[in-house]
Amino acid sequence: MLIELVILSAFFSGLFILFSSDENSHKFSFYLSLIPLLGTLIMWINFDGSGNALLNGGKIAFETYVPWLSLGSYSLSWHVGVDGISMPLILLTSILTPLAILSAWTPINERKSQFYGLVLIIEAALFGVFVAFDFFVWFVFWEAVLIPMYFLIAIWGGTRRKYAAIKFFIYTNVASLVMFIGFMALIFGLGDSISSFNLIDISTALHSGQLDGLGFLDASTLKYVAFIALFIGFGVKVPIVPLHTWLPDAHVEAPTPASVILAGVLLKMGTYALLRFNFTLLADVAQKWASIIAIIAAVSVIYGAFLALAQTDLKRIVAYSSISSMGYVLLGLVAYTVYGLGGATFQMISHGLLSGLLFMSVGLIYNATHTRSIEDLSGLADKMPLTSVIFIAGAFGYMGLPLMSGFAAELFIFIGAFGANFPFAKLITAISMFGIVIVAGYLLLTIQRVFFGTFEVKGNPDLALPQIHDLMPLVVILLMIIALGIAPNIFFEMIQDAVEPMVSLLGGISDV
Amino acid sequence: MSDLVLLLPQLCILSAALLVLIYNTIFRKSTKLTILTLIAVVGSFCSIASAIFLFISQSPTVTIFGDQLVVDGSSLFFSVIISSVTLLVSIASYNYIKPLQNQAEYYSLLLLAAAGMGLMASANSLVIAFVAMELASLPSYALVTYLKNNEGSTESGLKYFLIGALSSAIFVYGSSLIYGATGSLGFTAISESILNTPSLSGLLGIGILMVIGGLAFKTTSVPFHFWAPDAYEGAISPVSAFISSASKAAGFILAFRILIEAFPLDVVSSIGLDWALAIQILAVLTMTLGNFAAALQENVKRMLAYSSIGHAGYVLIGLAALSGSQDTLVIGASMMHLMIYGFMNTGAFLFIALAEHWNVGPTFKDYRGLGSKAPLVSIAMTVFLFSLAGLPTGGGFLTKYVLFMAAVGAGFWWLAAIGAINSALSLYFYTRLVKSLWVDPPISDLNISSKGIPVGIYVAILIAAVVTILSLPFFSPFADFAMAAANILIS
Repeated sequence: MLIELVILSAFFSGLFILFSSDENSHKFSFYLSLIPLLGTLIMWINFDGSGNALLNGGKIAFETYVPWLSLGSYSLSWHVGVDGISMPLILLTSILTPLAILSAWTPINERKSQFYGLVLIIEAALFGVFVAFDFFVWFVFWEAVLIPMYFLIAIWGGTRRKYAAIKFFIYTNVASLVMFIGFMALIFGLGDSISSFNLIDISTALHSGQLDGLGFLDASTLKYVAFIALFIGFGVKVPIVPLHTWLPDAHVEAPTPASVILAGVLLKMGTYALLRFNFTLLADVAQKWASIIAIIAAVSVIYGAFLALAQTDLKRIVAYSSISSMGYVLLGLVAYTVYGLGGATFQMISHGLLSGLLFMSVGLIYNATHTRSIEDLSGLADKMPLTSVIFIAGAFGYMGLPLMSGFAAELFIFIGAFGANFPFAKLITAISMFGIVIVAGYLLLTIQRVFFGTFEVKGNPDLALPQIHDLMPLVVILLMIIALGIAPNIFFEMIQDAVEPMVSLLGGISDV
Repeated sequence: MSDLVLLLPQLCILSAALLVLIYNTIFRKSTKLTILTLIAVVGSFCSIASAIFLFISQSPTVTIFGDQLVVDGSSLFFSVIISSVTLLVSIASYNYIKPLQNQAEYYSLLLLAAAGMGLMASANSLVIAFVAMELASLPSYALVTYLKNNEGSTESGLKYFLIGALSSAIFVYGSSLIYGATGSLGFTAISESILNTPSLSGLLGIGILMVIGGLAFKTTSVPFHFWAPDAYEGAISPVSAFISSASKAAGFILAFRILIEAFPLDVVSSIGLDWALAIQILAVLTMTLGNFAAALQENVKRMLAYSSIGHAGYVLIGLAALSGSQDTLVIGASMMHLMIYGFMNTGAFLFIALAEHWNVGPTFKDYRGLGSKAPLVSIAMTVFLFSLAGLPTGGGFLTKYVLFMAAVGAGFWWLAAIGAINSALSLYFYTRLVKSLWVDPPISDLNISSKGIPVGIYVAILIAAVVTILSLPFFSPFADFAMAAANILIS
């Protein structure tokens, strides 16, 4: 019941704002976005789930199960709930949305009610993605996210916004179609052993070896084909190199608040789905191909980092750095150890906060100086001390400074990946770790060039102290990053509980 | 139940048509458009209501009038589609034809065509099928040329008529060959005769191919599709909405019935006539051609016309994927898609009608910024377009993915894959119009408020939008109805 209330309150708040007048819509939308936040906080406090929702009868918290419709021999149902993996992601969504709304107060000046309405609607859809346990319900939300995001980029974006928006739209839609066909092949391969699209039933059927061939594909080939289709489908969203080309365009053109949601939550849809589908339902394939996937992850880390190194636009740097961070998530997932899987989930949260922080502070710099080009900026630390401090803190968090969430997340991933037992695990992990050096390299270089040296900004910068509503989201996020860095157990305990069944599923090393 | 009661869905429409004519004859001078519209609306509403009532209360299949007509779940299902489209178009036509001549004739032609389409859904023999097709086609030709002093309208009407006449001839010739080969015209009798005396398969094969050709015309499938863009562009938009939604649905139920009942695959494949292959080729060609051509259009109405061809291709997947494994699901999916398509496509064409009413130009550019001037209907249009593209703003999302799912389940993953490519492409051109409505800067000299708000078109668009939106969360009745209808057809 609570989940439905959270989703519906966000959705109807969005509709209400969409149809209300521009005046004060920024304030109303902020207040309304506190309702889902409150709801998810209540969920967190009363969270009573245990284990993994899809495995071994793990207990789902706040579960609802209502029949929706039936298609031939399959029944579809409104089946929602949360477990230790989805709970932190829902909190991330409900926390980042009000903050993204606050960060929009300054830069968004036209068609305000439409902007804030769409932000709330996208929040509702994102909740749906993280709570649905019926494939079709999940897929409705998965696709619904695209629509508001298309408008957010296309209407309020930068100069090439229309191109970036349609590229994002079609790219991710194609990915969904590929994924859908792959998943349907899997469904029909299971034949009569399932009678619903309930992911829990599908998981049980798959893990008890009910999969038959389909057409000319035998069972194991079908599994491989489905895995590849799902991997491509979700890999676009994550994004995994070489499926990442939509990301820089979308990120650079999107307005700052949309970038915060895009990098903070939307990318996590991809890794979340990878975790649920590829790494839970098809865990045996994932483990069989672990080395290859780990190499893809390492390539994403290193290549993404080098791409970021080559950029001169602050926002592009932050955008490309997401590719590296998501590569670490993939590395953690494929390790199949508690620390690996748990670290990957923790990294999703941590990166959501860190990238949000960096995008917002880049937004602040842009609001003040009207440029994002590193070449045009120099010595900002003297004139904009507060913004500079926050950006630098965020950058250090990104680099993995101890006592910040990035450190905990990456440490978990590396411990987990080193302990993994797929071939060349240690070598690939070591190579991926080298990515941290490059990340530190480009972030330090950026800090040095933008914030230090003599003050020099083209044009007519507005150096007044940022408004309180501009600063507040940054401070809140920074505090959360530090809190998670000092006490990762705020979430990690819950996550650990949910990933342990995944590790024991394959007889992995559960103590690492 | 009396035979006539079973035909209530068709009779309601037919009597409305006659009532319009009688009213116009009696009150020649003082014919009121409001009353004409009211008759049409009441007639089509009664038709929908009686079809739903019959479906709920009716035993599965009844044949009447010496097996010439059949009333079953699928005939009632398609009666609902056809009458719903007729209802929406009747409401919208109120404003659209207000300044025009011959209003009573317009409504009677519309209703007569709808009655013909309803009859197509019930036809149980090739003769009745042909008569019903002509009853639907002849008024349609006249409707397309309704603006008889407009060159574009008459030209497109002529093109529609010539191709229509050709395909009718092909259909009838094919029927005569089938009669020659089997000695029967009734659908079940044909299949029995093929089973009992499997001879003359060459003649029969040509006959089946020609019948498929005739049906391809009605369903705007390749190779008889090329009239559609011209006819839809030349006709007034409510008529385009009517023909592209209702006529297509009627063509499809006839195609389903003839191919599944008269030429069941397990029967005809024993004598080496596997029409499924022909349909698979048609499906791929139709959806690919429709969507690629739609992507190239500058004219919004032509884009919708080609997209309508593309959707015919998706629906053909249902017939193409009949392989014995998931028959009910694939046909059911096609039926669901036609039902939701009836609302979202009609809505989209009616939005064009509204834009024409406001003197908005024909190309994508002319629609720039309409969203800020008419937000409510523009939101409705966005719902239609995204639902057509297969995004979750409406039931079109579910029906398209259920179609792809059914195709994969029947072992035709490659059909689903080609459909997926097309679907992604279609997102491009549907989004183009959405972009014009909402993203592009408005055209300053367009003043829509001076034209007033055409209540009828508004109401029709909003009804279509509400049904499209609600059919996503409340999809269950649509799915159950379609699956029941498909189940009766298959078994």
